[in-house]
Amino acid sequence: MSFVDGLRCRECGRSYPAEALHVCEFCFGPLEVAYDYDAIATAVTRRSIAAGPPTIWRYAALLPAEPTGAVDLGAGWTPLVRADRLAAELGLGELWIKNDTMNPTGSFKDRVTSVALTKARELGFKVAACASTGNLANSVAAHAARAGMRSYVFIPSDLEQQKVVTTAVYGTTLVAIDGTYDDVNRLCAELTSEHPTWAFVNVNVRTYYAEGSKTLAFEVAEQLGWRAPDHVVVPIASGSQLTKIHKGFQELHRVGLLDDPPATRVSGAQAAGCAPVAAAFAEGHDFVRPVRPATIAKSLAIGNPADGPYALDAVRATGGSIGAVSDDEIVEGIRLLARTEGIFAETAGGVTVATLARLAADGVVRRDERVVAFITGNGLKTLDAVAGVVGPTATIKPTLEAFAAAVDTEGPTP
Amino acid sequence: MTATVRIPTQLRPLTGGAGEVAATGSTVGEVLKALDAAHPGLGERLFDEAGKLRRFVNVFVADEDIRFLQGLETPVAPAATVSIIPAVAGG
Repeated sequence: MSFVDGLRCRECGRSYPAEALHVCEFCFGPLEVAYDYDAIATAVTRRSIAAGPPTIWRYAALLPAEPTGAVDLGAGWTPLVRADRLAAELGLGELWIKNDTMNPTGSFKDRVTSVALTKARELGFKVAACASTGNLANSVAAHAARAGMRSYVFIPSDLEQQKVVTTAVYGTTLVAIDGTYDDVNRLCAELTSEHPTWAFVNVNVRTYYAEGSKTLAFEVAEQLGWRAPDHVVVPIASGSQLTKIHKGFQELHRVGLLDDPPATRVSGAQAAGCAPVAAAFAEGHDFVRPVRPATIAKSLAIGNPADGPYALDAVRATGGSIGAVSDDEIVEGIRLLARTEGIFAETAGGVTVATLARLAADGVVRRDERVVAFITGNGLKTLDAVAGVVGPTATIKPTLEAFAAAVDTEGPTP
Repeated sequence: MTATVRIPTQLRPLTGGAGEVAATGSTVGEVLKALDAAHPGLGERLFDEAGKLRRFVNVFVADEDIRFLQGLETPVAPAATVSIIPAVAGG
């Protein structure tokens, strides 16, 4: 059963019914799902969650949609991997990687899409749609196919070829827009008004969609033995994921699943070529000035981040920081994670690892902290980022002599 | 100068359900003021008590965000389209 009381404006507090609404009609502030936490606390235990499915739906009581008949490809319950070799490289102590590359379509977006389309179906929608930088495009196309829903997916036309193919294959209507993601987003916001029978997962059902990211925090806490980590590093695009991870730890304590109030420091990661939230953090602003993105981290290339102000709030309230790293650092971050931990991340993961490295070097992320870095997308989606810098060690004839001549087998272990 | 103003769902109750209305003005600020005169109540939705555009309201002229132009002082060419769009979307 659902424990949703309704929706509430985060800015002015006005209440709304749990329908396809995402902004307050009065002040345009974002709507948030309001839950009956006391009822959840009574209904849910660590044991009841452990008996649930190995997906995000084990936390259904804290999600705004019914798990029965969920639009589900198996999102969530991804590995939390102890990363000692990466920690040693960065001078850190206890470091964990939340490996969300392991989701059905290779990114954390499967979490939010599963929640959004499950709720959309409950509300009677037959059509799914989204504005995407690529990962969401994959996920909405796949989940819509699974649910038998028609779908419309809008992307910037300069997206990585891998993300275009891995969206189109699901038989969606894929529309490439000549413009940035922010242009795509604006068009979709307008289309939402013109097509009220479409569920735009990150527009008119965004309130529900965004809640899916809380499951990243839920899983990390459960995987750590029902403890919140000391410090998390999260990539920032719209800022929604970071905000919801912060909220997720708070909620677990609110419903009695964590013994102590979480004291998790939340730090954010952006690419220098699109760092409006990092800039606002550095300048001490509580608003975010939009920018025009220019970075290889296209999945994070949102120049006008909807939840930027709330991400700033979460980072400041917890004593975290926000870093911004260059494209070269992003590529090095991808390679460092791959060669130390065997995890191949897309560019957003490179941003996270490179930012973690910076924050560790600056003493912001500390050696005495239990740290979790969120790696949210699979490297196979952004091959171009590293295609120019890695390749075969040698190309030889199939003879022992050629091998001996070409390959040094005496070198140190990497 | 008469511009076409695109109205989001949230404000259509104030425009009799219309998704597009005409309003006159040579800057974005003037156009929005005229809009409020023609459709009373719209102004308080768009502007806070200090008269500033609310932080979750985005305005575009010819599909360009006015924050990249001159804000409320952005000129509005004859027959231009001004779009009012809720900021909270995407990501």
